[in-house]
Amino acid sequence: MAILNRSVVREQRMSRNEQDNSRHTLLTERELARLDAFPPLEVSHVSKRFKESGGFVLPGRPKREKRAIAALDDVSLAIQRREIFGVLGANGSGKSTLIRLISTLLIPDSGRVRVFGYDVLREQRAVQRLINRVSVEAAFFRKLSPMENLLYSARLYGVNASDARTQINQLLNRLGIGSSRIDQPLESMSRGMQQKVAIARAFLTAPVLLLLDEPTTGLDPRSKQDVQVFVRELRDTHDATILLTTHDMDEAEALCDRLAILDGGRIVAAGTPGELRAEVGRNLGLTQPATLTDVFMAYTGRDLNQEEDLADD
Amino acid sequence: MLGEYRAGSGASVITRLRGAWEETRKSYAFIERNWYLTKRYWAWEAVWLTYNIVNALSVTFIAASAQKTIPGVHFTQAQINQFILYLTIGTAIWTFVSVVFDSVTETVTMERWEGTIEYTFMAPVSRMTHMFGSCAFALMHGLVLTAVQLVVVGLFFHLDLGKANWPGAILILAIGSISLIGLGTVSAILPMLFTERGAQMAYIIRAIMLLVSGVYYPVDVLPEWLQAVSRISPTTYTLDGLRQTIQAGMGVGALWYDVWPLLICGAVSVPLGLYIFHRAELFAKRTGRLKRNG
Repeated sequence: MAILNRSVVREQRMSRNEQDNSRHTLLTERELARLDAFPPLEVSHVSKRFKESGGFVLPGRPKREKRAIAALDDVSLAIQRREIFGVLGANGSGKSTLIRLISTLLIPDSGRVRVFGYDVLREQRAVQRLINRVSVEAAFFRKLSPMENLLYSARLYGVNASDARTQINQLLNRLGIGSSRIDQPLESMSRGMQQKVAIARAFLTAPVLLLLDEPTTGLDPRSKQDVQVFVRELRDTHDATILLTTHDMDEAEALCDRLAILDGGRIVAAGTPGELRAEVGRNLGLTQPATLTDVFMAYTGRDLNQEEDLADD
Repeated sequence: MLGEYRAGSGASVITRLRGAWEETRKSYAFIERNWYLTKRYWAWEAVWLTYNIVNALSVTFIAASAQKTIPGVHFTQAQINQFILYLTIGTAIWTFVSVVFDSVTETVTMERWEGTIEYTFMAPVSRMTHMFGSCAFALMHGLVLTAVQLVVVGLFFHLDLGKANWPGAILILAIGSISLIGLGTVSAILPMLFTERGAQMAYIIRAIMLLVSGVYYPVDVLPEWLQAVSRISPTTYTLDGLRQTIQAGMGVGALWYDVWPLLICGAVSVPLGLYIFHRAELFAKRTGRLKRNG
């Protein structure tokens, strides 16, 4: 039923392109024109390695060899507009590195990343205007209140302060954070509430590409569901394209239109959840489609909780 | 802010001005955020203010006790008052410099600690806007704390301000502050690159300035090689200019030998500081050093 409702909403939305564009009040006309002309995200043959420090060595002693760790290895993917694209991977598989590269926080060793046709290295500012990110840990000035933190973020993105105040109140109320909490320090809030404030921070800046890096990890089931409903709503009502990394197979199943499985920094499988389940089901000789956990196990040969020897996640 | 805004080569003057205005507005985000943080950490502010006042009093009492600490030499009260004023200006400027440096480096340190640095660095804001906002707050913060310190020190000692040329002193301080923005930007690189001890490493810049800039003594007493170092410290000229305007009542026109080095220091240190910060940011992005720590 939920899937049916989502597809109806999507059809309605597709016929409202012009109305959708009017929602992006922070974008210029030139940027709005690019939304229809270019895919939201193109990652082409991207690799990233990190070197471990060799540490201080006394003169005369043999130098320790620096170990290079491949966080991403020739990764390519493309996301269509208004899609929720999931990246599944164990801890250390390179998910967060991928998100950081798209967020202009890391420079790839090779390959290119484009957001709505803008190169993340050469046209960094243009990319930054179009994206926002929610990470696994809600990073805030914890002594400050949600209002103060979000106002800071809104100003950085050029949102008018009085408009921002109104929006912050509405957003936080919508996410179940009462008015009495909005001016209290964030350090007094639960992790679930902090994560909701993080979602509000991203939404406040009206991103057209939203990067969600395990946004529900560690949340209780109720908070998890609230966040998932909000993510869906964000896509359906705000014309956003979403890249979601997750551990949670149920979440991936519920939210994602397409999935990629990242293992050891490489994409080992990609497709819709249905396609992947059917394919693995066939390969395993099952009479019905496999579960996403089966899919993950089949492509990575490991349990989700097993960590890879990588440093980024 | 103006320099980094990319409006495209064919952009009109109005578009460029609008872009520059947008960036200026964004710099207020850093001023407001730091004001909120200062309010929330008010107890730390009180401790820091008390420390600076006690430190200034301790140093200034050295002048008040000159008659007793150097037996056989007779100082008139006017000479002692001049010595007191000399050290009062030194301690006040040292507080100002310290607060500005600490404020700028601490904003980066705190962002690292809280994990917000990635969010600030991925926002569509030029680093010039970022540093301009942070430094503008630091300068205001420094001025307020220094003013309070001066008022308290004034309660303990007779400060002979009869000759003071205040407009000249304010002008020297304003010109000297430009260089502080450049040096503050350079010192902010340390907590960005060195996660655990970066803020403490920034102390070395301050310590060298304290040694060579003539904060508590004239730079003439330093060995020649240190005097050479003192010539590249903008604080040397700021202190000399302030002492000449406040103690001797000299006009800015007569202080050209302090003003032009300050103007050159400002013109060099701000773009150089931003360039070094930019290079350090690229290095951090290449090596993955912007990740949350703490």
